Amino acid sequence: MGTRNFDFALAIGGAAGQGIATPGNILARSFVRRGLHLYAYNAYQSIIRGGHIFLTIRVSDQEVGDHGDKLDLLLALNQDTMDRHLGLLGPGARAVYNSDTITPGEAGEGVQLCGLPVKELTNNDRNKLVQNTVALGAMMHLGGLDFKVLENALTLQFKRKGQEVVDQNVAVGRAGYDYAVANFAAFPDAIPTGETPLAVWTGNEALAMGGAAAGCKFYCAYPMSPATGVLHWMAKNAREAGIMVRQVEDEIGVANMAIGAAHAGCRTMCATSGGGFALMTEAIGAAAMMEVPVVFINVQRAGPSTGVPTKTEQGDLWQMLGASQGDFQRLIVAPYDALDAFNTMAEVFNLTDKLQIPAMVLSDLLISEGTFSVDPAKINMQPTIDRGKLIREGSANGGEYKRYLHTDDGVAPRAIPGVEGHMHVVSTDEHDEDGILISDEFTNPHKRRKNVERRDRKMGGLEKEVAAPELEGPADADVTLIGFGSTIGVIREACDQLRDQGVSVNHFQVKWIVPFHAEAISNVIKNAKRTIIVENNHSGQFYRYMRSETGLDVDGHIRKYDGEPFMPHHIVGCVQEQLAGETTHSVPYQEIMV
Amino acid sequence: MAAGTTIIDDTKLVQLKAKDFKGKVEPDWCPGCGDFGVLASLQKVAAEMGIQPHNTCVVSGIGCSSNFPGYFNSYGMHTLHGRILAVATGVKMANHSLTVIGTGGDGDGYGIGGNHLTHTSRRNVDMTYLVLNNQIYGLTTGQVSPTSCTGMKTKSTPFGSVETPVNPITSSIMNGATFVARAFSGDPKHLQMVMTKAIEHKGFSIVDIFSPCVTFNHDNDYAFFRPRVKKLEDEGHDSGDWKAACEKGLEWGDTIYTGVFYQVKRPSLDELEPVLEDGTPMSARSEALTTEQSDRILSRMM
Repeated sequence: MGTRNFDFALAIGGAAGQGIATPGNILARSFVRRGLHLYAYNAYQSIIRGGHIFLTIRVSDQEVGDHGDKLDLLLALNQDTMDRHLGLLGPGARAVYNSDTITPGEAGEGVQLCGLPVKELTNNDRNKLVQNTVALGAMMHLGGLDFKVLENALTLQFKRKGQEVVDQNVAVGRAGYDYAVANFAAFPDAIPTGETPLAVWTGNEALAMGGAAAGCKFYCAYPMSPATGVLHWMAKNAREAGIMVRQVEDEIGVANMAIGAAHAGCRTMCATSGGGFALMTEAIGAAAMMEVPVVFINVQRAGPSTGVPTKTEQGDLWQMLGASQGDFQRLIVAPYDALDAFNTMAEVFNLTDKLQIPAMVLSDLLISEGTFSVDPAKINMQPTIDRGKLIREGSANGGEYKRYLHTDDGVAPRAIPGVEGHMHVVSTDEHDEDGILISDEFTNPHKRRKNVERRDRKMGGLEKEVAAPELEGPADADVTLIGFGSTIGVIREACDQLRDQGVSVNHFQVKWIVPFHAEAISNVIKNAKRTIIVENNHSGQFYRYMRSETGLDVDGHIRKYDGEPFMPHHIVGCVQEQLAGETTHSVPYQEIMV
Repeated sequence: MAAGTTIIDDTKLVQLKAKDFKGKVEPDWCPGCGDFGVLASLQKVAAEMGIQPHNTCVVSGIGCSSNFPGYFNSYGMHTLHGRILAVATGVKMANHSLTVIGTGGDGDGYGIGGNHLTHTSRRNVDMTYLVLNNQIYGLTTGQVSPTSCTGMKTKSTPFGSVETPVNPITSSIMNGATFVARAFSGDPKHLQMVMTKAIEHKGFSIVDIFSPCVTFNHDNDYAFFRPRVKKLEDEGHDSGDWKAACEKGLEWGDTIYTGVFYQVKRPSLDELEPVLEDGTPMSARSEALTTEQSDRILSRMM
């Protein structure tokens, strides 16, 4: 990543139903079309109308991996938003609002209040959404953008509703723009343009597209926040991508239907959140016992139980590790961000086909519902597809077929129903090489032992097939920050800030949980001067797992479990307090009430 | 290849017999168990109908009767307790050229798996579901089941069950199943007739089969059923008559009806699924997206 020359964050706050998504989309699209990178985080609640929604969009000329520390521009759509956030704005920030309905409180020094007399500007007091378009117009001026940018975006947004609607919106936006030109000072640095136009996607869209590119032919799900976006993408694109998409009666049905489809020969995946995953767990053990490859995605939210459905947490790691009874082989991977989630899908589909074991992808609300900019050139929709030892054709006179043949690598050739001469039964009971049950009449301890050992051979040396975590920063740094999955962006940025403050720091982020690069990680910890683990949960789930796999302890912990994601300064502050010897266990304070 | 034949060597086509559908091992059911009659009947029907073992998938759950796939020569899945229909739907929709048959017990299908029965019925998944109903939990040595009669004494209801049993016939009709029938393992000829019709039916067919447990259910044994079962066809029942089907399904006493209660034509899920329009099973399709598909998907992002 190069030097960040432009770094701008705006937020839109209001109640559910006030139309935050539309201006959010218009702005996000306008930025990426200019070639700017962005990350957007939407703080919301499980409510269709009311509550407080706060969408933060951070824009830069460089890649953005988190929503940052500060706000440059606040668009308050209601009084509540103004009351919650005005006091957090720093010098140079602007607050835009409808001065007919919202009274700003005490603003900090150097904050410019940009009240818009919406009624007067639009001659309209019926359509409450009109204030959003007026505000967008004003924001164009503040950001040093030509009004044409908004005009194009509004045309694109509303063209389906007809020219009249487009014209009305453009006129209203223009009124806001003109008023701002006459009354408010624009930001000193105008919003620049980047090299090539980018696109935006959410992590859920990336997971779905990754599955489609990897050859997923069967997707089933039960709606559950924050995983529903995967279902929506799949449903919308099913016909284009040739994927069968089924909404099932519950997640028990989802997981079992997925197993049926996968056994019949389709690459199959399903996505849910922790509660749905809990219902799937018995079936995950069934997939392991029958050796049917299925990819299960768990998009974590704050638990336990219904928990906080719209808030993020890394609290399901042990649920994945312990999913289903018994001692069996599984893959667990926690991608870093949307593009990584996309690429992970092809990798994990190939591995689950190769090994014939269930795979679990551990995403979270932060990735899955976060909006990331992406260069479309980096999206490879035709990755390598390797289905492993799959038998799709055969004849009746091919000799005896044993589905669970005791091979050296532990993986037996897998015939799908419909293939001649390969009939067999797959069972959740323990079974012999030919599929005959050894759980009832033919119980045999020696065969049982051989089966257990054969299945475990699949995992031998597996860590060599997936990338090891890489240490970023100087090897001899005074502080080593360790994280897993979705916190990569915010930890990287915290490292940059710490270096600016004169702290020598490095960082490594773990993606593959199983297989685990225990040796590589042990080496990093052994050579580190001070190790601090950063994770988005209360009990240190990743820390405890890492300790169990490496036998090594760390020096400090930074944990956040209030439902809101880390901001870079949270991690910086916690590292500084630990360097000052105040504590070895830090919990950052969440300033923004959302 | 003609139906009812399979290649034994490259030159000779042979008509399959019931014994060709015998699995690798003999059943371990108790002597006298009703399940023997169901297994033998399905083997006979499969041979007569010209079903090919490799194009058939028998899916079971957990319970005595769910050991079925191991005793039947075809592709088989011995899955989790109660999940027959979810798994079978996955199999059928992934490869709709397969004949898919579910086999399990009353606890599996009407108890722990009840939710899937409701939804598989209304979806009209093209498969046949044989419920070997013995009105008891046998494999766990005799507890009350969803179809146990009120008052029945079992190990979990030593003073008699106080609950009302489920009615699989009227429930299935209400749930939207397009073929609802009942048969008795003690009358294999009739059972085979019903099974044949069920498998021939395009859509979801359920056959509730009285399959007495001679070890743990002494209330509903062969002697109980023999004088009571009456064939619907002997009474000229019209299986297209929804109201009559419900009325006959409610009958439980000196007369208990067997036969086809209800049958209606409605497109099955695979016929309605737009992605299957070109007829190629999902499992036979190439995984990789074409460049045109990839480009179209990417262009939608811009």
